[in-house]
Order: sequence, then structure tokens, then C-alpha cells
Amino acid sequence: MAVTDLRRWLILLCTLLFALQARAAVLPPDRADIMYHKYDGGGMTIDGPSLLVRKSVSDNVSLSANYYVDQVTSASIDVITSGASPYTEERTEYSLSGDYLLNKTIISLGMTTSSENDYDANTWFFGISQDFFGDLSTLALSYSYGADDVGMSTDETFDEEIRRQNYQISWTQVVTKNLIMNLNYNIITDEGFLNNPYRSVRYRTETGYNFEAELYPETHTSHSVAVRARYYLPIRAAFLFEYRRFNDTWEINGYNLEFGYIQTFLEHWTAEARIRYYKQSDAEFYSDLFNRAEEFTYRARDKELSEFTDTTFGVGISYEFKPQWAGHWIEKASANLMLDFINFDYNNFRDLRVDNRPVGEEPLYSFDATVTRLFFSVWF
Amino acid sequence: MTLTARLLAALSLCLLTLSPLTHAANQTLTGAAPNFTLPTFGKKQLSLNDFKGEVVMVNFWASWCGPCREEMPLIEDLHKKYSKLGFTVLGVNVDANPKDAAKMLKEIPVSFPIGFDTKNKVSELYKVDSMPSTVMVDRKGNMRFLHRGYKPGYEADYEKQIRALIREP
Amino acid sequence: MKTTATPRHSARWRALALLILTALLASGCSSIKPWVKPYERTNLADPIMSFSRDPVAQVYMHHVYQAREGARGSEGGGGGGCGCN
Repeated sequence: MAVTDLRRWLILLCTLLFALQARAAVLPPDRADIMYHKYDGGGMTIDGPSLLVRKSVSDNVSLSANYYVDQVTSASIDVITSGASPYTEERTEYSLSGDYLLNKTIISLGMTTSSENDYDANTWFFGISQDFFGDLSTLALSYSYGADDVGMSTDETFDEEIRRQNYQISWTQVVTKNLIMNLNYNIITDEGFLNNPYRSVRYRTETGYNFEAELYPETHTSHSVAVRARYYLPIRAAFLFEYRRFNDTWEINGYNLEFGYIQTFLEHWTAEARIRYYKQSDAEFYSDLFNRAEEFTYRARDKELSEFTDTTFGVGISYEFKPQWAGHWIEKASANLMLDFINFDYNNFRDLRVDNRPVGEEPLYSFDATVTRLFFSVWF
Repeated sequence: MTLTARLLAALSLCLLTLSPLTHAANQTLTGAAPNFTLPTFGKKQLSLNDFKGEVVMVNFWASWCGPCREEMPLIEDLHKKYSKLGFTVLGVNVDANPKDAAKMLKEIPVSFPIGFDTKNKVSELYKVDSMPSTVMVDRKGNMRFLHRGYKPGYEADYEKQIRALIREP
Repeated sequence: MKTTATPRHSARWRALALLILTALLASGCSSIKPWVKPYERTNLADPIMSFSRDPVAQVYMHHVYQAREGARGSEGGGGGGCGCN
């Protein structure tokens, strides 16, 4: 690992050096956001708050803190068909990050810690972003390291780990007065106990089928590349576009395609609409029904690793205003509501709640979910 | 060539190309300040030549520019402080739509004249390459100093230069 | 059907190094003049043109997808804006 580490340090050092050659950029503006989020679909309801505060503490430094909670109530298909009872759970996440502005470079450092009763996750990240070509281009590099502790609420002796590394390079380019584009390449590699200790796969028996614990490889590396664009229309509107391709060492190949439109009207209002399509192939070791117990070394029946598509239709509305009572303290504020309707359609994951079909011929599963985001923002 | 060797070569190249800043934040200028005429809010037009004999601080700004909003009240203070001594600020607004500029001026009112360069002809004339940009013009109509961008503390430099230029005949 | 997951980093690192080298050389190249002038960025500075207009809402949506889809990564975008200073 020593040579690889050296390479990585050299790259970071290089980037720092060319950073010293340039002029200035600006830090993100000070703001506070409070959001209520809710996911409702497939027998699961997850909701909770998300709070963000960002403040410049000096001319060159901006800090931000985030508090996030997921309250889970689950009676999902995985829970029902495995015979478990519906459960509730809470996950809390704290993040802290700082951005340091040095001429045209922004150096970012941060950490996130998340915990629930059987899972703890910690991530540290470092990022560097540089403007050049007369501020028409921005190059950003980032690295993050994550360490997770996997436990089991039903087995106190169960204690496994995951180590995750994330490398990202992002290039943003102003193409014309009205068009800005972004290209992003991301490598994520994890190792450790990567499957879910509660989840099982099913295999054929003489009388029907039975369950056994899932088992994933100990390593997983994925590559993703995305291109985004925003195109401005003189009627104070913009077209949004995103295309991302994904592949990994588990042989999942996927892509998503998204189109959106935002329009500002009557001075204070902004409305947006999006449509997103996602498609993926299944993991090499995925099967809805194995032929016998321990048929292969690795086995998964997680619908997240199956072959499926999902389609999202999203709408959003915002109202921006300047609260007069706040005087000079608050520059502007906004109230926002976003609704997304997602349909998940599985090609090789079957709905086992239907019990009047021959084994392996149960109907393919599909479900709808509604995602709600209600939030208020202030800029100060 | 191994990857590590390539990276070391890249590193050396970094050091070699570590040239002095291609665009300094603070620079001296020479030559006559090109004259320009711009429309204002009222009926009168605004020309740089109207202010010959005075020290003029030409400030290029836009409503969408964060640092411009930051420095505006400080520039207004400078204008109020030195306008009786033969100094004036001349704001050149580069917004495509003057209504956006008007909105910002309602929040940050100023007493110095503002011209609207909606077609960006004056910005081109002065080869503006950063936002905001400030050009100090002396009593004889020559460009003397250029400031690129705004960071807290620049206003001290502005004041020093204004005082020096006011003292010149 | 055992999966051997061997990350092939070297080709990717080479590409990354080349990209950085190009950027380094380019940043020393002051002969390329910006084709969108700093005073022509009105539209680009409009908040609706920002890739991270509502960070809290956007990050949450990425989390919703990441938890239910096999794909992950390349979820953000930055840069652009007023290009001031």
C-alpha cells in the first residue's frame, strides 16, 4: 500500500501547488435550512428533520453543521416475507465541515457520524476546489474515508466492520453565457462485512422454498461518471439535464437520466418539475430463488441488487421573500415544498406475499413511493 | 515511465510554472482614461469627461455579484467623506436589466452617480476582467490604479489612493 | 460463481494524473482568454442555475436513491456562480 499512498499524496500536493498560482473565488453564502423529510412507500415510512447552518467565521473560513434524523417504521416486503414483525428504528446523523478560501482555491474538511441501535458510521473527507480560465472552469478533487461498525440487535456478540474510500474528480465548465456543465467521475471502494446481517436469500426445497443468510463478497469497487447541464432561458427559467452511468465489481450496470425545468414567476415564486429514469442490471450473485442451499459462494436476494427500473416524477414550489421584521439580520428567506413520486418495477424480484402461485412464479414486485420535502431557508 | 515517476515530473512542472500571479489584485495603470457616456436613472446622461479636474473612482458592479454588495456601503462612505475635496465615485452598473440594479439600490442606497452599461460597451472599453473592478482616475483624466475583486480590507487601499490623488494638482 | 473483486486502479490513476497535469499546464497558460466575460455572468449567477441551490433537499434525495438503488457516486455538482473576485 506504501506506493499507492505516495501516489495519492503526490496528487494532493500537486493540486495544492497549482492552487497557489491563482486569484480569488468566493465562499458559499451564509444560510440556515430546516427541513421535514418523509419517504412513504413499499410498507415503509421514514421521516424526520434535517437542519443545516452555514456561517462564515472569518473572511476566509466558512463552517457548516448538519443534524439529520431518520425515524423508520418498517413493514416492508423484506420484513413481512421473512416472518419478522414490523419494527421502528431511529438513525441520527451529525456533520461538521469547514471551507477555507485561499485565493482561487477552496479547501474543505469535514466529518459525518451516524448512529442507530445496530450500526455506526463515521466518514472523514477532504476536498480541494480550484477556479481557473477566468473563473469559467472549476476543478474539484475530493477524498473521503469511512469506517462503519456493523452490529445486530438480536446478537450482542456480533461485531463487524466496513472500511470505505471514495475518490472523486469533478470539472465544472461555463460553456456559454447561458450554459454551464459538470462532469464527475467517482470511484468508491469498500471492504468488510458488506451484506445485511438480517437479510436472507431463498432456495428451492422439495416442498417449496426455505431461507438462509445472504453472503456478499468482502470487497466492492464501483465507478460512476455523470454529466450535468443547466441551460438558461431569458424568461428566468432553466433546463436541467443529468446522465449518470454506473458499474461495479459485482457486475451491476446502471444508468439514470433526468430532465428538469425550473421557472421563476411573479418575482417571488419558483416552480420546478423533473422526470428521472433509472435502470440497472442485477449483481452477479443475485437470484430471487437459488436451486439449493449454498448453491454458490456468494448469494443475495436484496431487491436493491436485482434487475429493475424506477421512474420519478417530481414537482416543487418555492416562495422567496425578505422578512421586514428581521431588518438587516436576514437577507432573504424562502418556503419550499417538493414532492417526488417514484415507481419501482422489479424484473427478477418476486412478491412472496402472494402465496397461491408455484414457487418461482410469484408475481414480480413493484411499488410506489412518495417523497416529501418541506423546508424553510434563510440567508443572513 | 512509471506512474510515480510521471507524478514526480508533474510536480516539478508545478514548481517551474509557479509564475507570479497572472492577474494581480492591485495594479498601477498608465494612460488616459477612455471617455464614455452612459444613461442614468434620470433624463441626464453621464460622461467621464464631465468630471475632469476631480479624482474619479470608477466602480464596475452588478446586482448579482456578492462582493459588489459588500463593498457598496463602504464606497458610499468614501464618496460622502471626500466629495467636498474634489472626489467622486462613478458607478458603472453592468446588469443586463437595470431593474435588477434598481432593486439592489433600494436596499443599499447611494448618493454617487450611476450609469447603466447594459450593452457592456464600457466594460469592454476598460477590459474589465473581474467583478467588481475599480479604476482610480486622477484630476488630469489619467488611469492610475486598478483593483480586481473585493475582499475586506481593500477599502483601506482605496482610501490611501484617494487621499494621495486628491493632493495632486 | 465466486466473485473476485480486484480493483483496477492503475489505469484510472494514470488518467487522473494526466488530467491534473493538463490542468496544471493550462493554468499557467494565460493566453486563453475567457470567452464569457466576468460582466456577462448575469444569467449564470441566477440561483436557478446553481448545481447546489438547496443543498439540504438535494442531499436528502441522493440518500433516498442510494438506499434503494445499486448505483452510488457522482451525485453532486459545484462551481459556476458569479465568478467574482
